[in-house]
Formats: sequence, C-alpha cells, structure tokens
Amino acid sequence: MCVGVQWCFSQVKGAVDDDVAEADIISTVEFNHSGELLATGDKGGRIVIFQQEPESGNQPQCRAEYNVYSTFQSHEPEFDYLKSLEIEEKINKIRWLPQKNAAHFLLSTNDKTIKLWKISERDKRPEGYNLKEENGRYKDPYSITALRVPVFRPTDLMVEASPRRVFSNAHTYHINSISVNSDCETYLSADDLRINLWHLEITDHSFNIVDIKPANMEDLTEVITASEFHPNQCNTFVYSSSKGAVRLCDMRAAALCDQHTKIFEEPEDPNYRSFFSEIISSISDVKFSHTGRYMMTRDYLSVKIWDLNMETRPVETYQVHEYLRSKLCSLYENDCIFDKFECCWSGNDSVVMTGSYNNFFRMLDRGSGQDVTLEASRENIQPQSVLRPCNVSTGGKRKKDEIGVDSLDFNKKILHTAWHPLDNIIAVATINNLYIFNDQLN
Amino acid sequence: MFAKGTKRKFSDPGEEPALGAELGPVVRPLSSTYSLQRQSLLDMSLIKLQLCHMLVEPNLCRSVLIANTVRQIQEEMTQDGTWQIMTQALAAAQCPADRLVATEVLCRPSEALAAAQSPKPLPAGPEEEEEEEEEEVVVAAAMEEDVDSEANPLSSSSFLPAPFGAEPGWEDEEDDSEDEDSEECPSDAEDVPDSRRGDQVFGTFEIKHPAPPPDPALEELFSDVDPSYYDLDTVLTGMQSTPKMGPYDLLDSLSPHAAPALSTGTSCRSDLNELDHIMEIIVGS
Repeated sequence: MCVGVQWCFSQVKGAVDDDVAEADIISTVEFNHSGELLATGDKGGRIVIFQQEPESGNQPQCRAEYNVYSTFQSHEPEFDYLKSLEIEEKINKIRWLPQKNAAHFLLSTNDKTIKLWKISERDKRPEGYNLKEENGRYKDPYSITALRVPVFRPTDLMVEASPRRVFSNAHTYHINSISVNSDCETYLSADDLRINLWHLEITDHSFNIVDIKPANMEDLTEVITASEFHPNQCNTFVYSSSKGAVRLCDMRAAALCDQHTKIFEEPEDPNYRSFFSEIISSISDVKFSHTGRYMMTRDYLSVKIWDLNMETRPVETYQVHEYLRSKLCSLYENDCIFDKFECCWSGNDSVVMTGSYNNFFRMLDRGSGQDVTLEASRENIQPQSVLRPCNVSTGGKRKKDEIGVDSLDFNKKILHTAWHPLDNIIAVATINNLYIFNDQLN
Repeated sequence: MFAKGTKRKFSDPGEEPALGAELGPVVRPLSSTYSLQRQSLLDMSLIKLQLCHMLVEPNLCRSVLIANTVRQIQEEMTQDGTWQIMTQALAAAQCPADRLVATEVLCRPSEALAAAQSPKPLPAGPEEEEEEEEEEVVVAAAMEEDVDSEANPLSSSSFLPAPFGAEPGWEDEEDDSEDEDSEECPSDAEDVPDSRRGDQVFGTFEIKHPAPPPDPALEELFSDVDPSYYDLDTVLTGMQSTPKMGPYDLLDSLSPHAAPALSTGTSCRSDLNELDHIMEIIVGS
C-alpha cells in the first residue's frame, strides 16, 4: 500500500438498532487462505460464514461484496458440575485449514473445547429411490413392481456444516488461541497457563508442550495471552505473556518447551513507570508476518514489529492511542484497560491494522511511516464512500473535525479486525456489526 | 466520558503527579495526594479481585494483573512504612468485628444525645437523596451525627472513640478533618476520598481507648469477615479455589445473622443494600 490510498465502505452486516443483544457480540473474525470466505464467531456460540461474490465485469470496484454462505451453532453453553461454573459458548477463535478438496474446514474454540467443522456444498440430490417416495415416506413394498437406479439431479445449493472432530477435556484454564501448523496435520491450543499440541485426526489425547503453572498458585504472576505457529517452520511457535514478553520455542529442542529458545522483551522506559506499566505492557495479540521474518505484538497502547533475529527490542513501534496514557487510572477503574485488541498484517506485510475505541481503527503503513485513523460508523455507509481520516485532539484547543479524548465512547471498541490475504479488503468488527471496506481503485 | 458517571479522581495534570502519570526514577513524594490516590487504587484493586462473576469463571489474566498491581502498591507502601502501620492496626484488632465496631459506633444512636436534645428535622440534602435506598439505621445515624456536630462539636469528639484528626502516625489526617468527618454519614462516599475513610477506620484503631464492648450481634454478623482481606495471597488463592465466592455468597453467609445484627430495631430495605453497606465499611470507600 502506498501513501494516499483511500479506503471505501463496501458493506455492513448485523443489526441496526443500538440495543445490542449479548449473543450477537462478535468475538472473532477470520478470512480463509484464499480470502473467498470470511468467518465470524459471536458470543452466542454461532459462526456465520460470508462468501465473496465473484467479480462481475460491470463493477470491478465492488469486489468486496460478501454474502452469507453458512450459519451454524458451533458451541453450546455447558455447565461444569465439579466447579459449579458455566462454560461460555462464546467463540474465542476461528482458524481455517488450508483447503485440500472441495470442502472447507475450520477450527473453532470456546473456553474449553475445540471443534473441527467441515463446510461442504451440496448442489445435487439423489432422486428415484425404490423404497421411498420423494417426500421420504416409505412405499408400500407390495406396490413396487420394477427396480430402477437412483440418479443425481441438480438442486438448489445447500451449504452444510458438520462437526468432524471434537477436542475436549484438555484445558483447565480458558483457551485464548489456536493455531494450525504449516504441516497441516497438527495444531496448538493455548490457555492461560498451558499450550497443547494436537493432531487433527486424534481427539482423545494431546501433548502438553508448554506449562507455566507454578507449583503454588499463590506464586502466579504471569499468564499466557496468545500463541501462534510460525507460518513456514513447523517446529517453531511463539507465545506472549501478560508481562509483555514473547517467547519463541523450538519443538525439536525438547518435548516440553518450557525453556524458550528466544525471548523478545523490550526493557521498560523508566520515564513511563507507573502502577499501570505492567498492565499496559501485557500483550493481547501476537501475529507472524506472512513471510515469517517478522512478528507483531499488540499491547494496550502500541503495536510493535519485531525481527525474529533480534530479541532485544522491536524494529518498529507504533502508537495506537497515546492520548489514553494520561487516562489510565480511569480506564483501570472501568476495566477498559483489560480490553484485548487484536492486530493484523496486510497481504504483503507492508501495512498493519488494529482497533481502538469510539469505533476507530488504525492503519499503520510500515513503508512510509504514515498512519491514519478511520471510523466504522453507520453514518458513512454510502456504497463506495471514501472514509475520512479522524483525529483525536489532545491539547486544549480542538480543531474542527477533531474529537476530544473525553468525548470518546469507550463502549464502542474495535477488538477484532482481519485483512484479506491477497487483496486490500478488510473486515472490521464493532460490537455487533461487521464492516467490510476495500481500497479505492484508481 | 464513562457511562456510569463515575467521578474522575485523577485528572489533575497541573497538580501532584497522578498515579497513571509518569513519575520517573525520582523518589516518589509522599504527599497526601499521592498517598490518597495510592490507597484508593489499592482499595479499588481489592474490590475488583473480590467481586468475581457468579456463574462464569473469572478472567485469570485480569485477576493476575490486578493482583500484581496490588503487590506493587504493597511493596511501595512497605518501603514507605505505611503498610506497617496499616497491618499493625489490623493486628491490634481483637477480633474482626472491632474494625467494624469503630464505624458502627458512628451508626449507633447515642442515648446521651437523644436524652439531651430532640433531633432536629433534617433537610434532605443531596447526600440523603442519593442514599435513599440505604438502611434506615444509617440514615438515622447521619441525622444523629449532623445534629451532634451542629449542636456541640466537643461532645461529638468525645462520643467518637478516637479523634480522627489527632492521629500522629497518619500524615494524611488534617486537623480540620474532624468536623468534616463527623458530619458525614459513613455510607456517603461521594465527597470524601476513599483512603480518607480507610484512614478513619484504621485511625480509630491506633488509640482505641476505652475499647467499646464488642457488640455480640455484630461479632456474629462479621465472624465470617476475614482480616486477611488485605492479604493478597489469601485473596488470590481464595479466588482460585472458590471462584464462585462473590457478593451473593457473602450474602448467604450473612443472612442468618441479618436480623440480630440490626438490633437497633430497623429493618433492611433489601439484603443487597445491606451487602453494599457492609462492603463499603470493609473497603472504607
């Protein structure tokens, strides 16, 4: 992406009214490897998959048109009888498997259980059964006088989602990440204290590869916040912590990867030391670049790009909403300081994107060093209307078209964003709406 | 800025450095503002740790981060010496009920006072209106206090077990706080900084003489309250092992004692309000 790219509104999905049903809160957004499918998970345990409409020659700029492809209930609420606690059905993460045949596969997880779903199309159906009528009722056997071979006839397209595997009972704590390995055979799941390695075909056991649970829970001071496999090296994965460190592990080194191979941590700036320093250093998301050379981390106020060859400090640091630094105490009071923002790379790794408050999201261009703040709002939903940059004023004097820090709506947060792997199409989730934007073709 | 209309307490860039602000490597000033803010942050953090979700397991990451914040404050207060004072005050308590007796005394209508003068009708100020749903006994106490302080400041200081303002160990206390405190209903949290109330509670402990006889009803009521409230390890472990422990569990454990505790004769409007009141006492906010 070069300087001066404009982003345009394409679509918005979800309810219009301000009264948000709890179950409709979007909890994860993910494109598949081709970008043709876009999956969202919500707090009610449902998954909605959108499919990109094929480009029509008439309107090439409407390439970012996605329509509902499949909707299904992935997880149901459960009850842990031993602890007398409810297990939420909220979908924490969705990860697509690389496509191998006509069907699509994805992994979805809630706090405790991971499921492998097969999404397949059916556009033919068998007709001409001997024993059954067309409506399914069984024929009277005495009425059958001849036999025929049933044939497949075309029918309306049906998309079916069926659970193929259920991976359960492996996590004591809440699962925060899943990541499919580049070998396409295994995947990892991470909770607050442990990371497990699974084989996609085997559901009754998994291997524990990281365990940071202390012998005495009173000594617990650090938890795992995110984890991901390297995109190319099937032996390498990283996990981030609540203390702002990222550990890279090599599974060839040992069966249990408690000893990290590398640790990426930036020393704290003593000028910024406060009681909230640790909380805002907690990493909420970690993502490898597509090339696998770099890694991005998101903490409360910034995005950092790390070169895997240098552990001492990031190569790039971008401020997301530095104006919140003086408001940390209030944000602690209302719990906003614990919000977990995600981040994502553009297809060519030249731009990174992350969300903020007031339905703002930030695009950070690594090449030019420029950044822009855009807003996902229903006020600006004319087809292909260009998004205007937003500015937050920090000083006393507020310029025209600027919004003051105290006017920001902290209930409107963009935690989940996704970028099409091959095109400049982005999906931005507000609390209960999904916005799709594309760049303006010149 | 924040939906619930929470009063912003730390937004003075021109004054003492706020807790969220960069303090730098210099030695932190032990100003009263800073100490108050720090105490308030400590109390806020402890409330966050205690009030877990009832049905769903609490977020471990959030709990760990809050617990680490409390540890940090604890360490700093230990270096300052203020932590020692606070724990000594707690240790000096004969039983947990003492801590709450100190403020309960504020609520208890004074027989002497009642005999001396008839309570004047109190105009319903904004404080009273806010606390409409609070227990009547608390409101009654406020009326008593107001009457008390208006009529005779000296008698109010003798009535209260310890002079709030005359505590030498407390840097935060000021001499003119006495009048201000005695006028207030303890349930009114709006105008007084959190730590000030905390200081009141612990301040009464330091020189509690003569110790008022512990009310057996109150003792029973608060026998479940753990003085290790400020003990972080207990909080964290307790939270882990009994994740369901929350306001409603506390309520359950209190219910058999609810009636005798309010032996002043008034009845609670609702158990939940009583719980809020108790929490306020414990936390001192």
